[in-house]
Amino acid sequence: MIPAAFDYVEAESVDAAIAALTEHGDEAKLMAGGHSLIPLMKFRLATPGVIVDIGRMEGLNSIDDRGDHIAIGALTRHMSVETSELLGAEAPLLKHVASQVGDPSVRHRGTIGGSLAHGDPASDLPAAILALGATLVAKGPGGEREIAATDFFTGFLETALADDEMLTEIRVPKMAGAGWSYQKFNRRAQDWAIVGVAAVSNGSTSLSLVNMGPTPMRASAAEAAINGGGSIDDAAAAAADGASPPDDLNGDAAYRTHLASVLVRRALTEAQG
Amino acid sequence: MLVETTINGQTYSADVEPRTLLVHYLRDHLGLTGTNVGCDTSSCGACTIHIGGESVKSCTVLAVQARGAEITTIEGMAGDDGTLHPMQQAFMECHGLQCGYCTPGMVMAATSLLSENPNPTEAEVREGLEGNLCRCTGYHNIVKSVMAAAGSPVTIGAGS
Ligand SMILES: Cc1cc2nc3c(=O)[nH]c(=O)nc-3n(C[C@H](O)[C@H](O)[C@H](O)COP(=O)(O)OP(=O)(O)OC[C@H]3O[C@@H](n4cnc5c(N)ncnc54)[C@H](O)[C@@H]3O)c2cc1C
Ligand code: FES
Ligand code: FES
Repeated sequence: MIPAAFDYVEAESVDAAIAALTEHGDEAKLMAGGHSLIPLMKFRLATPGVIVDIGRMEGLNSIDDRGDHIAIGALTRHMSVETSELLGAEAPLLKHVASQVGDPSVRHRGTIGGSLAHGDPASDLPAAILALGATLVAKGPGGEREIAATDFFTGFLETALADDEMLTEIRVPKMAGAGWSYQKFNRRAQDWAIVGVAAVSNGSTSLSLVNMGPTPMRASAAEAAINGGGSIDDAAAAAADGASPPDDLNGDAAYRTHLASVLVRRALTEAQG
Repeated sequence: MLVETTINGQTYSADVEPRTLLVHYLRDHLGLTGTNVGCDTSSCGACTIHIGGESVKSCTVLAVQARGAEITTIEGMAGDDGTLHPMQQAFMECHGLQCGYCTPGMVMAATSLLSENPNPTEAEVREGLEGNLCRCTGYHNIVKSVMAAAGSPVTIGAGS
C-alpha cells in the first residue's frame, strides 16, 4: 500500500509551516510523526496534494516548567512524555497515558500535537488533556491564541484549529498530589481502547471518555453526580449519559455503555483511593 | 527527491518520490532486503529498524522523513567478520525463531528495548515487544532470547 502522489514541503519553522498552509489551502496537510496520517494515506482515506513536514523542525519538542503549568511542545514524541520526570511529578496521568499509546515503535515517532490535532475519539491523549483541563496554543497567520481543551474537539476527526493554524504547545496545569486514574479497556496488545476513562480528583473530579462518541469528551453527567455529593455508583450509572457510542466489530453501543460504567467506577475508585 | 541517509555506517542515496515508504527505499532502491514487510499496516513490526538508535516501523515512515538520518537495519547488527550481535546469538541459542519472518524486526525492537531498559523484567520484555507479532513461536522463546541477551536468563513455561 502506497500513498497517492503528493508534493512534499519541509517547514523549518512554525511561520514557514503557516505560510505553506496559507499558500496551499485545503490541499495541504501538516505531517508531524505521520503515525496517523501515513496509515490513512496508505489506505487512500486521505489524499492530500501537499504534505508540509513539520516533524524535522527544531524546537517544539521540550517539556518545560512554567511555574503553575507544564508546557509541552506540540512535536514532543509520546516516548518523551512517557519518560518525563517533570510530568511524573506534576501531571502523572499524562505520563502514564502516553505509555499506553500503541507500542514503543509508535511512541518513538508519534507526537502529542499530532495525536490531539488528529482528534480521534478512540485515541488516548485527548482524554488525558480533557481530564487535566489543559490549554492548547495554536498559531496562525493572525498570531497566537489559546484554546481550552474542552473547546478543542468539535467533530469526528475535527478540531477548533483553522486550516491555516498549527498547534504549537500544550499547557497542563500542575497537579502534584491529585488523584488520578486511566482505565484503557482493550483485548489485544498494542490496540486502541474499545472504551477508556480518565479521571483526575483534585478537590473536584473530572472524568473523560475515550471512544464513546464522535469526539473525545468529558463525562459531564458522571462528573455532576460525583461533584454533587453522589456516590461512585451514582457516577458510574451516569457514565454514558449524553454519549453516543459507536457500534463496531469490537462491540455494540450497549456493550460500550456497560464498559463506560464499569470503567468510571474503577477510575473513581482509584483516583479517590 | 534525493534521499541521503547513513545506513549501518555507510552513506546511501537514491532519488525517490516523496510518497516512497522508508521500507521500500531500503528494500527496492538500496537492495537492503533484510527488513521485511509483513502487514503493511503498522501492526506487525516485521519492518522494524532503528532511526537514531530507536525502533520504528519503516512501513509507516516516508523515506523523505529520514533524510540525513542514522539508520540501522538487521544487516548492520552482525560484526564485519560475521560475528553475530549478542541479540542474534541469543535468538539462535534460545530458539527464538522458527520461520524467521518476524526475526529481523524482533531483533531490532529488542535491541532498542534493551538500550532504553537494560535490565527488563519478563513482563517488561513482553510489553516492550507488543508491537511485534510472531505467527510461529508463541513468543516464549523470543522473550527467553531477550532476557538471555540482557544477561538475566529465565525459564518460561512448563518443561522449557
Ligand atoms: C500501530 C499504531 C497504533 C496506535 N495506537 C494508538 C493508541 O493505542 N492510542 C492512541 O492514542 N494513538 C495510537 N496511535 C496513533 C499515534 O498516537 C499517532 O502518533 C498520533 O495519533 C498522531 O501523531 P503524529 O505526530 O504521528 O501525527 P501525524 O500523523 O503526523 O498527523 C495527524 C494529524 O494531525 C495533524 N497535525 C499533526 N501535527 C499538528 C500540529 N502541530 N498542528 C496542527 N495539526 C497537526 C496532521 O495534519 C494530521 O491531520 C497508533 C498509531 C499506530 C500507527
Ligand atoms: S510491515 Fe510494518 S508494521 Fe507490519
Ligand atoms: S518465527 Fe515465524 S513469524 Fe516469528
